[in-house]
Amino acid sequence: MWLEEHPILDFSSKRPKLVKFYFEGKEMWGYEGLPIAASLHANGIKVYRYSTRLNRPRGFFCAIGKCSSCFMVVDGVPNVRTCITPLREGMRIERQRGLGKIDLNLIQGEAGSDDNV
Amino acid sequence: MTMSKSPAEIFGYSFPDIRETQLLIVGGGPAGLSAALQALKLGLKVTLVESGLELGGQLVKQTHKFFGSSLERAGTRGFRIAQELIKELTPFKGSGQLEVYLSTTAIAVYPERIVLLSQLSGKVFPIKPKAMIIATGAQERMLPFPNNDLPGIYGAGGIQTLMNQYGVKPGKRALIVGAGNIGLIVAYQLLQAGVEVIAILEAMDRIGGWWVHAAKVRRYGVPILLKHTISRAIGKEKVEGAVIAEITPDGLKDKYQVECDLIGISVGLTPTVDLLRQANVKMKYVAFMGGFVPLRDREMRTSQSWIWVAGDSAGIEEASTAMIEGQIASTSVAKWLGYISEEEAKREIDQLWARLGYLREAEVSSKVRKGLEEVLVTWGG
Repeated sequence: MWLEEHPILDFSSKRPKLVKFYFEGKEMWGYEGLPIAASLHANGIKVYRYSTRLNRPRGFFCAIGKCSSCFMVVDGVPNVRTCITPLREGMRIERQRGLGKIDLNLIQGEAGSDDNV
Repeated sequence: MTMSKSPAEIFGYSFPDIRETQLLIVGGGPAGLSAALQALKLGLKVTLVESGLELGGQLVKQTHKFFGSSLERAGTRGFRIAQELIKELTPFKGSGQLEVYLSTTAIAVYPERIVLLSQLSGKVFPIKPKAMIIATGAQERMLPFPNNDLPGIYGAGGIQTLMNQYGVKPGKRALIVGAGNIGLIVAYQLLQAGVEVIAILEAMDRIGGWWVHAAKVRRYGVPILLKHTISRAIGKEKVEGAVIAEITPDGLKDKYQVECDLIGISVGLTPTVDLLRQANVKMKYVAFMGGFVPLRDREMRTSQSWIWVAGDSAGIEEASTAMIEGQIASTSVAKWLGYISEEEAKREIDQLWARLGYLREAEVSSKVRKGLEEVLVTWGG
């Protein structure tokens, strides 16, 4: 659930664009540019992966990209830190089971300084 | 230096296009932002890298007003302090003196003073600074108890992020473990977000955080149970409840079973020191400072002469002291690179130390004061 009213913080007037994405094939809505994990949590999804050895459910934990608890498969790429990876329209997000396989062909992109200061 | 392998030896080639910068600051939280501002004001060219989506670090999720002195922006809510610092950086960005990389993690340090940066896109590239300030902050500790890995059991700071930064209601009924400042503040913030807080558990026989934060949650009727802890979490796919136990001389005695969909763990932080370790910086285990921390001199310089440290990665403390440490480190870098004289630097650093002294007078800072005795050194030469 998204917070709408808050005594100090103003969320509703500042939300980015609502976009459609897919969780395990199911259509969901979330805010573009916010972390994937935030939109999943707001949609009631708390289990993000199953652990490697004991197959135990794992979810969100540290929220700042340090703990590895929220690793998921995003557009085919495993081990994505969903707490610090922004949601984009049409993303396909799956729960990760175990370690995941890396397809090197999927990794691309240019280094760039961000204009977001 | 004692590191043996260069990137050329490891990868079999040297990097073709190594970007250069004067000062690389790793971490865009209160320490890193303040360090950047100070260095920019003193005329240095700065590259600031931040692993998260935005600058501000933990400040952006703090809705409470800060204490301390007005110089450290006391009386201002944390997220507004972040906004102010970021605004002050903007003109330097326009002038090309500052370069900011968001969603970028510093993943390796090589003895040639090369740092590898990794971006979310998968791109990895090297950068060669003259000096580096490591301000990588801290990470939350976990507590061992059965089922502590169930979804719904989050770090208290993680809850703040979800709730205050991204506006997600993290649960309906929460239990908080740990009555230090973060536990107390998060409990209050959960109430503000409309989440019921069952109790705050504290293993010690006293509240660890500031009384003013404890009083706020007590006024809402939230019990703070001293000498109590969580003995196990209940649930299959996600947390559904918890068993609360009293800590007695004979061990844990289960006392209450509660229903909850959220458990916030607030049992302290550990400095994030991976980069410092890679750089072979001399470290020491100091429990008072949260774990392994780098030895540093009065100017926040580490045993590697081109590396400085600031903020929680130098030892767990407060955002206000982190901001001053960032300024000290940058002043020292500016002196080293010849941007200010010895005398100017000394005067500035003395003033900054006086402010640190004022902030560390409080009783809750006694641990920090003791810890500093163990890590503050004078480098020879």
